[in-house]
Amino acid sequence: MEIAVAALTGLYFAVSIYLMLSRHIIRILLGTVTLSTGANLTIFAMGRITREVPPIIPAGHYLPADGAANALPQALVLTAIVIAFSLFAFLLVLVMRSYQELGTDDTYAMRDAEPEGEPLPPLGY
Amino acid sequence: MAAAERPAIDLADAFVMEAPALADWLIVAPLVIGFIFAALCLMTRKDTGRQPVIAIAGLVLILLSVAGLFVHVLANGTVVMAMGRWLPPFGIAFVADTLGATLALISGIVGLATGIYALREADNTERRYGFYPFLLMMLSGVICAFLTGDIFNLYVWFEVLLLGSFGLLILGSRRDQLDGATKYAFLNLIATTLFLIAVAYVYGLFGTLNMADIARKAAVMEEVGPRLTIAALFFFAFAMKAAAFPLNFWLPASYHTPRLAVGAVFAGLLTKVGVYALLRILLTIFPADRDDLAIAIAVVAAASMMLGALGALAQTDMRRVLGYLVISGIGIMLAGLALGSATGLSGTAFYTAHSMVIMTALYLLVGIVGAAAGTFDLHRAGGLYATAPWLAVVALILAFSASGLPPFSGLWPKIFLVKASIDVGAWWLAAAILLSGFLTTIALVRLFAFAFWRPANPDMRSMTLGEVPVARLGLPVLVGLCGLTVIAGLYPEPFIQVSDRIAFELMNPVGYIDAVYAPMPIQPAAAEGAVQ
Repeated sequence: MEIAVAALTGLYFAVSIYLMLSRHIIRILLGTVTLSTGANLTIFAMGRITREVPPIIPAGHYLPADGAANALPQALVLTAIVIAFSLFAFLLVLVMRSYQELGTDDTYAMRDAEPEGEPLPPLGY
Repeated sequence: MAAAERPAIDLADAFVMEAPALADWLIVAPLVIGFIFAALCLMTRKDTGRQPVIAIAGLVLILLSVAGLFVHVLANGTVVMAMGRWLPPFGIAFVADTLGATLALISGIVGLATGIYALREADNTERRYGFYPFLLMMLSGVICAFLTGDIFNLYVWFEVLLLGSFGLLILGSRRDQLDGATKYAFLNLIATTLFLIAVAYVYGLFGTLNMADIARKAAVMEEVGPRLTIAALFFFAFAMKAAAFPLNFWLPASYHTPRLAVGAVFAGLLTKVGVYALLRILLTIFPADRDDLAIAIAVVAAASMMLGALGALAQTDMRRVLGYLVISGIGIMLAGLALGSATGLSGTAFYTAHSMVIMTALYLLVGIVGAAAGTFDLHRAGGLYATAPWLAVVALILAFSASGLPPFSGLWPKIFLVKASIDVGAWWLAAAILLSGFLTTIALVRLFAFAFWRPANPDMRSMTLGEVPVARLGLPVLVGLCGLTVIAGLYPEPFIQVSDRIAFELMNPVGYIDAVYAPMPIQPAAAEGAVQ
């Protein structure tokens, strides 16, 4: 089971790196979303994947049954999903606004903050 | 409740039983104050007259609480508080050692300084769009990142401060801001995600997220491969956060676009969180892997210093000069981490604190200079020595201090770092530190020469300070920050003592681990319990 999830995670990372190598902001955005999904899958797999035994403590016991699934990665993944989602929402709006203002989603053409062909600093007065 | 039917359980197995000492509550005070006052500022969002008063009160309280924490840590050693009383490693622990408490204190100073400066800079629209809530949230995030003892919690604080910084960065929504913010946001998000992936590997390998627990388990781990992989991934992620070469390109693209108060707080705090995380991870948690990575860190450090200093020389915009100087300073901080000796780490600790204050002050200075000269362009600014002689004095002090010239605070850490480099025969690292200091001197003194010394440009009308709104509060703030660098330069003894103590604690993580586990004698069953 871990091997299958690991292969899937690797696929996610490969797709995300491919997308992030693009010049176009919207593809980079999709790449980062894929990257954070890959990260979440990594956390999930790192908690070891066990089947069948739910991590619920039976009545009258103080410990979960042997071989119970690890519940902690789910808490971590949930936190990471919430954060990644809010950042995705912010980035989506940011990308849309900068497309409206700058008129391009090509990172080569986004040179407002660092204009091309700036003169040298003064060499003397 | 059901508890009555059950046999008696010894709660001491899982909980810290005694209530924390009153002074220990200071460790969570910055978080509580920051979030409450951010919420209050949000509620008074439209009351642009009253909101700054609330925000400044919050910033003053945060500064007082971190100052109290600093004094407490100096007097009583590392302070630990377990959230929800869960014994480590189960609950999230907040741990304030000397490094964390010192950086938290400087962050409080930087936050208050920029908050006061922004009173005259952030206009009503920016206040309505949440300047002060973002500032308070970001400051709380930064301070909590310095104080947390849980690696996943560190990730959460990175995201908190990142979201606050996004908000501050795009206030105003000008074209260049959107452009800079896009690059800043994407590259920082990728860095944080890489950090999260490294955290996942840590959890998979050690079954715990508590830093002290990881350090304990990493120390006895035989296999080097997986541990070194994790350490290298952390180094990559945090070097990106710290804007070290070659991952620095987001910084000069974005830091000059927002308000100068925002640039100042970013330059003072954000990259230093990356440096702090590197020190914590590579020294407290994976000290053996730092030795393996030392050469790579040293090369990155030397390249960052030189690239930052050369980049600063090539800029015509004063704000962008400073952006490159931030990168150069990061290189100098990493030099001590690469050396790993007590002298080197002491130098790094001192330099980090110095750089937080000085970079903030330089941004605020350039804000006043730009407003008084009417431009940030080195080609056109001029004549400020005639209209603002006292600002010229402040500018010269800051330029000397940032370059590491006596008698200001930049001198001592550089002496330490150069000495530590020569001690281990790394002459090229010592040469890079000295050469980058020399180039920084040229860059900043040239800024001084053009903006202050040169006669005023007849096309531009340079104003006296009385006519510049940001100067009225900005100048006293700058004088205060200059006072710090002068005191630390002329009487460095107490500052060196603190940085020596930081270096000692970083080199002996046992103290950190013992402090976290003090509430509980080590129980094998409890320590193994987290691992499946």
